[in-house]
Amino acid sequence: MYELAVIGGGPAGLAAAYSAYTNGVKKIVILERDKELGGILNQCIHNGFGLHRFKEELSGPEYAHRFIDMLKDTSVEVRLDTMVIDITPEKKIYTDNPSGYDVIEAESIVLAMGCRERTRGAISIPGTRPSGVFTAGAAQRYLNMEGLMAGSRVVILGSGDIGLIMARRLTLEGAKVLACVELMPYSGGLTRNIVQCLHDFDIPLYLSHTVTEVRGDKRLTGVTVAKVDENRRPIPGTEMDFDCDTLLLSVGLIPENELTRAAGIEMDPRTNGAYVFENMETSIPGVFACGNAVHVHDLVDFVSDESSRAGVAAAAYIKGEKHGGDAIPFKNGSCVTYTVPQKLHKNTTAEKTDVFFRVNKVFSKSRIVVSDENGVIASFNRPFMAPGEMQHIIIPTNKLKGSESITISAEEATQQ
Amino acid sequence: MYDVSIIGCGIIGSAIAYELSKYKLSTVIIEKENDVAMGATRANSAIIHAGYDPLPGTLMAKLNVRGNALCKELCEKLAVPYAQIGSLVLAFSDEEVDTLNELYDRGVKNGVPGMKILSYDEAKAIEPNIADNVKAALYAPSAGIVNPWEFALALAETAVRNGTEIMFNSPVESVNKKDGYYEIVCGDKTVTSKYVVNAAGVGALAIRDMVLPHSYDSLPSKGEYYLLDKSEGDRVSHVIFQCPTASGKGVLIAPTVHGNLIVGPNSVSCEEGDTSTSADDLAFVRNSALKSVPSTNFRANIRNFAGVRPNTSSNDYVIDCDDGFFEAAAIKSPGLASAPAIAEYVVDMMKQNGVELIEKDSFIDTRKHVRFKELSHEEREKIVKEDPLFGRVICRCETVTEGEIVEAIKAPITPYTVDGIKRRCGAGLGRCQSGFCGPRVLEILSRELGLPPEKIEKDKTGSYIVKKRRT
Amino acid sequence: MTELTCIGCPMGCRLTVDEENDYAVTGNSCKRGEIYGKNELKNPTRVLTSTVAITGGIHDRCPVRTKDAIPKGKLFDAMEIIKKTEIQSPVKCGQVIIENILDTGIDVIASRDM
Repeated sequence: MYELAVIGGGPAGLAAAYSAYTNGVKKIVILERDKELGGILNQCIHNGFGLHRFKEELSGPEYAHRFIDMLKDTSVEVRLDTMVIDITPEKKIYTDNPSGYDVIEAESIVLAMGCRERTRGAISIPGTRPSGVFTAGAAQRYLNMEGLMAGSRVVILGSGDIGLIMARRLTLEGAKVLACVELMPYSGGLTRNIVQCLHDFDIPLYLSHTVTEVRGDKRLTGVTVAKVDENRRPIPGTEMDFDCDTLLLSVGLIPENELTRAAGIEMDPRTNGAYVFENMETSIPGVFACGNAVHVHDLVDFVSDESSRAGVAAAAYIKGEKHGGDAIPFKNGSCVTYTVPQKLHKNTTAEKTDVFFRVNKVFSKSRIVVSDENGVIASFNRPFMAPGEMQHIIIPTNKLKGSESITISAEEATQQ
Repeated sequence: MYDVSIIGCGIIGSAIAYELSKYKLSTVIIEKENDVAMGATRANSAIIHAGYDPLPGTLMAKLNVRGNALCKELCEKLAVPYAQIGSLVLAFSDEEVDTLNELYDRGVKNGVPGMKILSYDEAKAIEPNIADNVKAALYAPSAGIVNPWEFALALAETAVRNGTEIMFNSPVESVNKKDGYYEIVCGDKTVTSKYVVNAAGVGALAIRDMVLPHSYDSLPSKGEYYLLDKSEGDRVSHVIFQCPTASGKGVLIAPTVHGNLIVGPNSVSCEEGDTSTSADDLAFVRNSALKSVPSTNFRANIRNFAGVRPNTSSNDYVIDCDDGFFEAAAIKSPGLASAPAIAEYVVDMMKQNGVELIEKDSFIDTRKHVRFKELSHEEREKIVKEDPLFGRVICRCETVTEGEIVEAIKAPITPYTVDGIKRRCGAGLGRCQSGFCGPRVLEILSRELGLPPEKIEKDKTGSYIVKKRRT
Repeated sequence: MTELTCIGCPMGCRLTVDEENDYAVTGNSCKRGEIYGKNELKNPTRVLTSTVAITGGIHDRCPVRTKDAIPKGKLFDAMEIIKKTEIQSPVKCGQVIIENILDTGIDVIASRDM
């Protein structure tokens, strides 16, 4: 019997385990399906991680190792090569490992399974089904972990960060990246990546465009790219053909929650993650969730922060601090697509409440407004907001406790 | 010199090979692609039709109904995923209700068991997500769903266990009638056999034309599909059809044996190998399906694909023989359901036409397929103890272990491709579409086959996945 | 005046650099922005990350990076050297793999233990 089982040994799981440990939990196990800790960070060899957390610019593996090192001299147990097959609401965890199929019991669980990439099917790109169509992350794994190239003439659909990073990486490795194609009128990735991954290498970025056809019987031989209208429908007559042997898809990430769903935990269709309270607890008391399994983050630093909060909360739960009872829901206001947390325990003792959310359009000078049925509770000015950049506000909890429900909205700042 | 060469290793070639492998014959299957079931068999609705569609008196009617029963038996025997879930044909107007009655009468004449015409309320009670404007439905309890690909593999594999040989990557260039035997040329290979069975699917007419005078035309027709995530898998619990029209049975919605939801097909005439999809066609499929089941969530799509039907100018299957050249051609829908009955019929025809068939003393007629996901906790514990490879999950979405993948590689018909593993084990079939497991499957294939990673292909010959890094 | 997006961190501040006024930077939220703005117009530099072949490690490739930014114009030349490099496990994170690459004064270091 463990006090805490952490599902996933990526950045979220590592941070949650470490903060639970430093908050007094000693019998902790991390269950990791890969043969090493670190999760997806191991293939993210580019730099830019850790500026917030460590005030340094680290590569993915370096960032992961900071946490792995912190766990070294602790009592936290790590089971590698261990796949969690099933979690029951009674907190029994069935695991598969070459040394045995096992069941683990824990007082508390942290779900930190991360996310996966959206695929060709999710966006229904018509055409044939040749080889040479990869998600950007799969191509990244081939290149950075196994030294294998996805191809030599590449078109990238989607301007998510992994796609941008791969544009640069493949270019440096000798491939020709012909274009980066983005359906939306704005990029889905961080601006710095547009600059240093595309502009630096003269790779054109086609905004409001999409891939309308995939060609090739065996290996990919080409794709057609067309401009889209405001309803994101291809405009006939705007087609451009690219001869390429590789199409990388960087068209979004989806939280991995098969275990969460199977355990009967309440899910939020907006995030594809679990509904969580301010302490990252899910609808099953004692089961917490954090990181990209809850909502997709832009920066690993924020994953670590959120997961540390989940670890602290799990430690509190194990020590006997139970919540439950009434909750105050957070609601999407105008231009807000989701919030995390989705609910606030009325009996929370936290002084401050962190709220994360995304907006659905690009804003210049703007304002985030927190309100309830009685009016505005708080507001925050922002010089710039975009869907690609997660927003974070901190609200004193006592301001929220009297509300029936809390609405977060975004608006253009009114001109003086 | 073989006794029999079978051209084509789709469901028909596989079923005939299976049937023939019961007898003391030397048989070779000649397949142009690099794996079994690479044509129509791998891209269709995966339905075992009940048999009320074909006109009474046709070969199609007789073989469909007989095949339906045989499929069930064979799938159980050979560990092929199959479920007899029944089907509903929906009628949305009075004219369509008339069509249902007509289908019912045909079904009765064809010998389809247990059919019923259901009222809207009765239909809605067993299938709550169908549209509110449904007037009535024809229920046929004997319809089923199957993994068509594994069905063909299981039949071919059992044939191989019983001595049949298979030549892959062998497109037939000519079939030459010699004195008392046939010579089949495929590239630099030449096969001779006393008898030839043409089961080349969409390519069957081209083979026939090498031997016999041209007598009908090939009219291949493409069907496009959506495959939705398991989150949609219980949207319906029967195969949901609309009333058939001149162009076919129309767009259906059905659960798959893997727990997904399949939606399709349309029908568009096409070139022989054209399995591309188009945005307009897919939109048609989507809109047609929404008419039957308005709540179908197409945002859960994980894959689109197309298959080519071996349609011809003949309204019925073409099963005949001429001087040792046997043919099972124009096997359009319901060819999958008919396959085992077609095989019986062809073998009987061979017997009638002088092929000496002596039963083998021992015929292996069982097959095992371990699916870790389907085992109980106790069974899982046991199998991991016996073979640690079952303790390593490679495909997260479908819970497929390394043990299953290695077993598939070591089976009588070796897969050389990542998609070959997908079709055998289900790795990569799920919602991430092999994003995570693709690289690991490639690594396992490379290791087990002793081939460098750049030689491992995705699907057809020539579909390489990665290149060596430039140094 | 040149408008730039700062790549110093993921915030992506929109900078304005005034070449006529000693490359004065405005629009930055921190010191890094100022440094980036000036450098980007005077002598643009980038951190280069890649992998080298490794034997005896858990993977076949070991990630490496330049310890500091190198001139942008030297990225491809630096890649040629990195591609030819082979190392033996074990290496420690931070260990120098290639000293003073292309005489930039910057080392290429391993970016993990392996």
